[in-house]
Amino acid sequence: MTARWSWFNISSVVVGFAFLYLPIVLLIVYSFNESRLVTVWAGFSTKWYSELFQNQGILDAAWVTVRVAFISASVATVLGTLAAVALVRYTRFRGRTVFTGMVYAPLVMPEVITGLSLLLLFVAINFARGFWTVTLAHITFSLCFVAVVVQSRLVSFDKSLEEAAMDLGCPPFQAFMKVTLPVIFPAVISGWMLAFTLSLDDLVIASFTSGPGATTLPMKIYSQVRLGVTPEINAVCTILIAIVTTGVLIAALLQKRRAFLGNNE
Amino acid sequence: MPSLGSIRRSFAPWDDPAAKPYISFKNVTKRFGDFVAVDNLSLDVYEREFFSLLGPSGCGKTTLLRMLAGFEEPTEGELYLDGQPLKGVPPHKRPVNMMFQSYALFPHMSVADNIAFGLKQDGMEKGARDERVAQMLKLVKLEEFARRKPHQLSGGQRQRVALARAVAKRPKLLILDEPLGALDKKLREETQFELMDLQQELGLTFMIVTHDQEEAMTMSDRIAVMDKGIIAQIGTPAEIYEAPDTRYVADFIGSVNTLEGKVVSSDESHVTIEGPDGRIVGGLRGSKAPADGQTVWFAIRPEKMQVSREKPAEAANALEGEVWDVAYLGDMTIINVKLESGNVVQAAMINRSRLVDDPIGYDERIWLSFSADSGIMLER
Repeated sequence: MTARWSWFNISSVVVGFAFLYLPIVLLIVYSFNESRLVTVWAGFSTKWYSELFQNQGILDAAWVTVRVAFISASVATVLGTLAAVALVRYTRFRGRTVFTGMVYAPLVMPEVITGLSLLLLFVAINFARGFWTVTLAHITFSLCFVAVVVQSRLVSFDKSLEEAAMDLGCPPFQAFMKVTLPVIFPAVISGWMLAFTLSLDDLVIASFTSGPGATTLPMKIYSQVRLGVTPEINAVCTILIAIVTTGVLIAALLQKRRAFLGNNE
Repeated sequence: MPSLGSIRRSFAPWDDPAAKPYISFKNVTKRFGDFVAVDNLSLDVYEREFFSLLGPSGCGKTTLLRMLAGFEEPTEGELYLDGQPLKGVPPHKRPVNMMFQSYALFPHMSVADNIAFGLKQDGMEKGARDERVAQMLKLVKLEEFARRKPHQLSGGQRQRVALARAVAKRPKLLILDEPLGALDKKLREETQFELMDLQQELGLTFMIVTHDQEEAMTMSDRIAVMDKGIIAQIGTPAEIYEAPDTRYVADFIGSVNTLEGKVVSSDESHVTIEGPDGRIVGGLRGSKAPADGQTVWFAIRPEKMQVSREKPAEAANALEGEVWDVAYLGDMTIINVKLESGNVVQAAMINRSRLVDDPIGYDERIWLSFSADSGIMLER
């Protein structure tokens, strides 16, 4: 059905999108502002970007963040995929319901609680807080997102594909690697993208579990903003938005492709 | 008694006591929780046989196949392939290939890669492998589709790829789970003959699961009709059709009329029964006549009854009734006749002539007649 564009339609779309994106657009626009004052426009400039690349503190934080995000997303993808396979395949093991619930609980758990409990754990086992504690914490909370994404794909996966592989001479693990994994791979990748983006964004859990020398970018931005917003921060945020948007778009495209492949099995 | 059927009669290892079975199910039981899918079943299938398992859904036929392929282990009993016990042998080590009902083609691989999958797994050299793939593609007439992905093929083409993939490894035994279930009628009929030719050409043993009785009749050397985890009857298509063991089998294969009655008298080949529809003389199954007074059922196929307006002068059996329904199918006309007792029986008339002056119509009183050998007595 193609509805005609009425004034009401147009204005509600405009108002809705403005509500969602105006703040972000403002931030992006002001990152190209010549003036040091954030609220006064003084002409176009990319000087804050070049200054940004000379700010060692922010660059260090960005490097930490990318490494944390990469490692945690990769580990969470492996673990989350395994969890999804276990949940979908072995439907008759004892305690499946409890296990399912436990995998999903972190989805709805307030971040403050996740962060605090992880902090308590690291203190209790006397684990020096720093890069690895943040990474571990990120693995913990992004694992369940990966599991959800992969599980939704596995539910519609025809198990006879794997049986056919075994029938043709594949031992079970090979059958998984040669047939199941390639077929669900788009979902695995979009799970990884999701985990990567979540880790990149996270402020609360990182603040709880980080230690000296492992300041992530969101932490750095937050601490700087408390001293006043500078156009430099706007520039960092613009770059972050670009990365996250790209990640989300790729994940969405992969999901679409996955739906297409799924229809043709 | 004249022998039943004469098609493909030269091949009958099951009648030869010295023949060794290729597949043997020995007292196999399979339970899923409380549900008994296969109930203490024994079955022998011979080399190069085209064997069908026929039954309604949930009768255990697919479970039987899956046990043979190794996806399920019997709860009790033993399974032998070529004399070797199969217990504990995982699917990838069994010299058996299966064609799946959903075809289970690998969506991320081309047609050629799908067919080559099992060969690669066996470590076959690339040259020999390519040759075999080409040969298989030719066999299923898909040469020009080698590079396509499964989702770019029609249902019939996918079915053929699945078949080529399953036979590419040259298994001695091919098991097929509803191989034609997803095809339309016309394509199914063509494919049935293709499957038969393929089986002959490659000299394979085929074990096929189907719920389509016509399909089983067309292709099989022998059919096992299954009912709730047990085998109701095993026999050649002609035996199953002309001499069913039970009313269940008679009813499952083709259409049949069953009339109840009590035995009045019997000799070594015929039985006379008396029921609400009068006296009927019919053939005896086997050599043991039922005792007088026992309740039995007389089963007769619709096409074995003559329809006439006048009472036939010389007929072993004749029933009078009123035409209740007429269905013209082109090749034949089906007439449902309501007998005096209220029972409705079906008769089929072959339409030999294009034009009939005075076709039998609704509400007419007609006679159905049949010889003493047309129908059979069933004790169950």
